[in-house]
Amino acid sequence: MSRYFTDEHEWIDVEGEIATVGITDYAQEQLGDIVFVELPAEGTTFDKGDDAAVVESVKAASDVYAPISGEVIEANGALEDEPALVNSDAEEDGWFFKLRMTDPSELEGLMTEAAYKKFVAAL
Amino acid sequence: MTMLKEGRPTAPVAVADAHMAPATVTGNRALMLEEALIFEIGSTDTTGVDFAPAPKVASRLAGLERRAIGLPGLSEQETVRHYTRLSRQNYAIDLGLFPLGSCTMKHNPRLNEKVARMPGFADLHPLAPQSTVQGALAVIHELAEWLVTLTGMHSVAMSPKAGAHGELCGLLAIRAALEARGDARSVVLVPESAHGTNPATAAFCGYKVEDIPATPEGRVDLAALTARLGPDVAAVMITNPNTCGLFERDLKTISDAVHAAGAFVYCDGANFNAIVGRVRPGDLGVDAMHINLHKTFSTPHGGGGPGSGPVVLSAALAPYAPLPFVEKQGDTFVLIEEESAQDHHAGTFGRMVAFHGQMGMFTRALAYIMSHGADGLRQVAEDAVLNANYILRSLDDVLDAPFGDSGPCMHEALFSDRGLADGFTTLDIAKGLIDEGFHPMTMYFPLVVHGAMLVEPTETESKAALDQFIMALRSLAHRAKAGDEALKGAPYHAPRRRLDETLAARKPVLTWEAPTLAQAAE
Amino acid sequence: MRYLPLTDTDRQQMLSVIGAASIDDLFVDVPAEARLSAKIAGLPDHASELAVERHMSKLARQNLSAGEAPFFLGAGAYKHHVPASVDHLIQRGEFLTAYTPYQPEIAQGTLQVLFEFQTQVARLLGCDVANASMYDGSTACWEAIGMARRITKRSKAILSSGLHPHYVSVANTMAKFTGDQLVHDAPTLSADADIEALIAGIDKDTSCVVVQYPDILGRIADLTPLAEAAHAAGALLVAVVTEPVALGALIPPGEMGADIVVGEGQSIGVGLQFGGPYLGLFACKQKYVRQMPGRLCGETVDAAGKRGFVLTLSTREQHIRREKATSNICTNSGLCALAFSIHMTLLGEKGLRELAALNHGLAVQAADRLARVPGVTLLNDSFFNEFTLVLTKDAREVVRSLADKGVLAGVSLGRLFPQHTSVGNGLVVAVTETVTAEDIETLAQALEEELA
Repeated sequence: MSRYFTDEHEWIDVEGEIATVGITDYAQEQLGDIVFVELPAEGTTFDKGDDAAVVESVKAASDVYAPISGEVIEANGALEDEPALVNSDAEEDGWFFKLRMTDPSELEGLMTEAAYKKFVAAL
Repeated sequence: MTMLKEGRPTAPVAVADAHMAPATVTGNRALMLEEALIFEIGSTDTTGVDFAPAPKVASRLAGLERRAIGLPGLSEQETVRHYTRLSRQNYAIDLGLFPLGSCTMKHNPRLNEKVARMPGFADLHPLAPQSTVQGALAVIHELAEWLVTLTGMHSVAMSPKAGAHGELCGLLAIRAALEARGDARSVVLVPESAHGTNPATAAFCGYKVEDIPATPEGRVDLAALTARLGPDVAAVMITNPNTCGLFERDLKTISDAVHAAGAFVYCDGANFNAIVGRVRPGDLGVDAMHINLHKTFSTPHGGGGPGSGPVVLSAALAPYAPLPFVEKQGDTFVLIEEESAQDHHAGTFGRMVAFHGQMGMFTRALAYIMSHGADGLRQVAEDAVLNANYILRSLDDVLDAPFGDSGPCMHEALFSDRGLADGFTTLDIAKGLIDEGFHPMTMYFPLVVHGAMLVEPTETESKAALDQFIMALRSLAHRAKAGDEALKGAPYHAPRRRLDETLAARKPVLTWEAPTLAQAAE
Repeated sequence: MRYLPLTDTDRQQMLSVIGAASIDDLFVDVPAEARLSAKIAGLPDHASELAVERHMSKLARQNLSAGEAPFFLGAGAYKHHVPASVDHLIQRGEFLTAYTPYQPEIAQGTLQVLFEFQTQVARLLGCDVANASMYDGSTACWEAIGMARRITKRSKAILSSGLHPHYVSVANTMAKFTGDQLVHDAPTLSADADIEALIAGIDKDTSCVVVQYPDILGRIADLTPLAEAAHAAGALLVAVVTEPVALGALIPPGEMGADIVVGEGQSIGVGLQFGGPYLGLFACKQKYVRQMPGRLCGETVDAAGKRGFVLTLSTREQHIRREKATSNICTNSGLCALAFSIHMTLLGEKGLRELAALNHGLAVQAADRLARVPGVTLLNDSFFNEFTLVLTKDAREVVRSLADKGVLAGVSLGRLFPQHTSVGNGLVVAVTETVTAEDIETLAQALEEELA
């Protein structure tokens, strides 16, 4: 399994053709207390860059973009009852959705963890 | 001597720890009374209204008679107490300075309330035959004339119910005008400092919204704007004076360029109070502008509406104005509705509300405008601008004024959180103001300034009130710079301490429900 | 100027603090060609309170107010008696001159009222949740259509022929710009509401069916079959209530399966006011709450653990979402919501039921009396406090003629549906607790003369 990052502060775990997507710990810290996550329905298909989910704090609603093209096969239902999971465990239990990738070559443009850390440090 | 010594003590008795106020068993604090919800104190068998008995008839309700509703009632006395107690938990203009930037919280004269309640206005049905409502139509017409003259525009649509509704009216007129000439355009340009309603309205009307940047001195970037104009741009939405409290010096130049590109200028008139009687937006090339009667013309805010947002229109947009409107034909006032519009107002984009707009606000605004007259309204703008500049220059040595070098401000003074001690925010200063007996200023708006504090005193504040406010804000600025931790707990003296908005949003409780037995047992 | 506290001495002192020589120095950013050097010509100068009151009073007297005449107008705005304490309480400065409660520590009065209002409205309409109000019934109705589009991701709304025609007009205006398709037929003078036709029109593209209850002609129909048909097709049922007093007697739409119930709250606490400000009611099922437009007040606790209230879920709103907001609406109708809530508290369930029974009883008596007038037919089998009479001639003329005789007889269908001459003989008559037996007799006799 390998993990990628985007400059929109999403992480992607890839296992075979399945990609699990969430927002980074840095992102959740910037957003503050998360109060609601709107997740895509199973079966929805996305092109890379499409609006895929919405994450809300008290003050702001932020769009989460599909970091890669694919079809949604599962959304993290636990976030509906407990959006705070995104704050407490953004990069594991606080995942958003799983995609069946349609174009794995899109992964090539994404960052490694080290590159993302460097990217964030420069912000 | 007789030594009469019965009766009460007449001077305070010394008590150890006299500054420590013990908690009360009721939770009340003398004049500040806690008040439960009507669902906790009322009952479905109690009522505060008596009716004549209903005639005994066979029901014609189609067999759909209702069973339990679940609405508690209170007797009249309990009702009066409930709402009186609640009212005392509110800050209000009647109580003190309310310097909420962009909201124009000025004094609400009581004459206006009296006038709006005259039965000839208050007890009038919107569909009453026109021969029976000539005085009401005259009010709408008179107010319309004032608004058109004060703004130097061609005509006015009176029916929009609030500022954002007025924006919608203006953009719908623009879209109708473009469609009438077969010119499909897709983009509306909005400066990044705009009110959030501007992009929301443009998007609702089907336009793509593009941001126009501001210059470092806080005004619209003229070069960026003119460079973006083209055949796809339908309109530019500009707030003037803008949300940084500055007059957009280049508005006339912008308007000329926008018109040359075949587009229209929408002006957000939320800040008209700063220029009424001194500048007519029509002279700056504006095509449409809403006027918040609840700001500039003092109709009460009522804890969040109702507002009223008539829209003045240029000659180019007037043919597309919404229905209904009032026209004077000879000595008679006529309401132009769907039927009569077919003949001589065929371009209208249609109806925006069920009836004629906020009549109750028209009467109040007209009374306010007549009370001031042409001379008084000009004085309103001058005093509003004077008060704001006085605040700006009395505080810019202790608070960062990001556009303090951009010339005088208009009716509001803008500060940022720069220079506060680490961990101290605009919110702390705002909550500190509550303890000092003031309503906080607008916080975190406009977004172009970090930790913005937007102060709009309005013209109805005396110099003494301003001086006290300045003293309080100077003290808070010093405390926030010195890192006074106590400030982070403010307010201490309000009916409630800081409230948990995260909890409210994570587990929304939007209606009252009777506690379950288990909860009740706790 | 009685509202302006600054003296000339104050102004001079303040200018010197600012470092400006004159007030004109503060307006230097206004381009020279747009600067007005003196007050605007052709407008009068300031006036005394007495002078203004005299002028407004003169205009007010040129109107025939509802309380001065036998009065039977309804069709979306109703005259009810409002207890004196309602107006007294809403005029308390702490309510009247407060702003939107964005600083909750010093706005608990307004916020608790909104929380109580939301609960009252939800219960009255038979829904799970309600918002803190909207501009009026017509804009609430349009917002419901937009909300149904967002939920179903379909854009064809079917509007009942019994929906208030001005509400239809408002929706038509908006739909032109949003691309929604609205299906709507003109009403016919039938005793039955158009439920069956609506059911027949539902298809897989339908976002919602919008039905008024009681409808514009006063007719009442069970909405259950309509809700079932809509849901079977994946569509929503939107119900519109323009006379909420009716729900003191009738099963509310929410209990018959409506997903969104909107209404005009004017008839409780607000008064006629020639059409505004009014009060948009908006309620829905819990599962749709995040798609709901408008402000919401929610319960929470403060830093000391005490119960308190705040505006919440505001990320749906325009000041945060900008172009992605659920609606561009920024204000609610706060003071009208307060008036509604106070009146509803005074009534309570007991009072509301009595009020509804009194309205219905008088309306039945009036309908039966008027139906005996030669040339008058009662259209409705069912109604609450409003019904339609079919006359032997154009009701518009009759209304005008009776107004000249000091009788405000009702609302003609010709005024409401100017394009549909087939309903021109219809007269919608509302009878509330403010109507007396004498008023009914006066109307009956005036109609008899007019139709003779």
